Amino acid sequence: MDRLQLDKHTSKSFNEELEAARKNLMQMGGVVEQQVREAIKALIEADSDLAAKVIAKDERVNDAEVSLDEECVRILARRHPAAGDLRFVIAVTRTVSDLERIGDHASRIANHAINLAESGEAPRGYVEIRHIGERVSRMVQNALNAFARLEVDTALAVLHEDEAVDLEYASAMRELITHMMEDPRTISRTLDVIWSLRSLERVGDLANNIAQHVVYLVEGKDVRHNSAEEVEAAVRD
Amino acid sequence: MDTTFKHTSVETSTGPVASEPTTLGTDLEQEVGETVGDAFVDDPRMKARNVDVFYADKQAIHNVSLDIGRNEVLSMIGPSGCGKSTFLRSINRMNDTIDICKVTGSITLDGEDIYDRSMDVVSLRARVGMVFQKPNPFPKSIYDNIAYGPRIHGLVERRAELDEVVETSLRKAGLWEEVKDRLDQPATGLSGGQQQRLCIARTIAISPEVILMDEPCSALDPIATARIEELIAELSENYTIAIVTHSMQQAARVSDRTAYFHLGKLIEVGATDKIFTSPDHKLTEDYITGRFG
Repeated sequence: MDRLQLDKHTSKSFNEELEAARKNLMQMGGVVEQQVREAIKALIEADSDLAAKVIAKDERVNDAEVSLDEECVRILARRHPAAGDLRFVIAVTRTVSDLERIGDHASRIANHAINLAESGEAPRGYVEIRHIGERVSRMVQNALNAFARLEVDTALAVLHEDEAVDLEYASAMRELITHMMEDPRTISRTLDVIWSLRSLERVGDLANNIAQHVVYLVEGKDVRHNSAEEVEAAVRD
Repeated sequence: MDTTFKHTSVETSTGPVASEPTTLGTDLEQEVGETVGDAFVDDPRMKARNVDVFYADKQAIHNVSLDIGRNEVLSMIGPSGCGKSTFLRSINRMNDTIDICKVTGSITLDGEDIYDRSMDVVSLRARVGMVFQKPNPFPKSIYDNIAYGPRIHGLVERRAELDEVVETSLRKAGLWEEVKDRLDQPATGLSGGQQQRLCIARTIAISPEVILMDEPCSALDPIATARIEELIAELSENYTIAIVTHSMQQAARVSDRTAYFHLGKLIEVGATDKIFTSPDHKLTEDYITGRFG
């Protein structure tokens, strides 16, 4: 946190409040990251127990969202943060809400994992799930690392990765739709895979958002609704 | 909750209709009722009950009941003329110096009635120290400014003890490092922020139980203000502090509890977090959001 010097205020308690918010955000991020990895694992390995654990974790994530938001509201009301401090608080509230939604998607994937595990027989699409899942998990991890270390380059890498994931998602979808048309008996099971893929793609988008919050936090530039190339150009500017 | 935008500043009023700013006195009589919130605490150092203050026949404070808890920072806010300073001054009988001023009700310090005939005002003011709006060092050396109180109250006997009191007080006020090499120089040569910290050190030197501060930062720049505010946070570990401020941002930053005064009445008291995020009384909300005041 060197660059923003969030620990350099005259008021020690203000330093502590910002540090606590940062720490709690990283803890919440850790739980969500694990949720995503475990949801993918549960789906591929048809592990209903693991899927149930993922769903159970959601409550913890929701609680973290509420309490971090309260912390941020308290800081805004009492400290009136400005400049980097203000961007930090805003970036935290936005990231918290994105993390919570990532957690929701992990739970959804876990639910599909339970459906698929109960239906027996492995349908098509697991290769894509494994592949896109791996990429998306890494994006979440890197977006959080970028936030923790205030690394714009890491955030930019996440933005580029998201564009690649979107392409892979589109091609996986085409393949699965073709498969359903060829063999309508698999439609029900394949839909579970499709919805899971859809959730993974959304997780990628949300990791992308977090990376954009990091750019806003460090550079003070609002880069939402821009392509990775545009963001990169704005940052290098 | 009514969230229409009626800020005093019409430019920041982004609501659908930029209506007339709310003015004092409109429909207030029916709005002002009993004090809202938690005026009383579990471990009070000072207790005020049904306090009225009059200047001749004009009533400045109406029936205020409020606790100041042990080792807490209580801030009192409100528009000019709301009675916050008058109330603060009645806590260590500063109002005694004004002939036409009359205080009724009861105010106690550790259970002792401070307006009792047997109460010695000089020793009361040693127990309840006060820091004023403008730093007011004596035209003496830095050392003598701090040593004055302990000397007249007979708190120390030997020079070595006095030296120690001076050093500890300056250290607690965060001023020692800046002045330790020029203790014999006139205090009036210090900057405004340093003078105010000197006045706080002078207050601490006689080991008060309660420190009252009447807009202690209004004559200071933002950096000096930040240092005083940090000092308040540190001092609250050992002292009970009541601060009057017309900067609600300052109240939000430094205090544990906040009391909102309006037209001589205590409208709402509560945890500062609560007052500044979701106050219960409309007048409190209107004031802290800049609807009037």
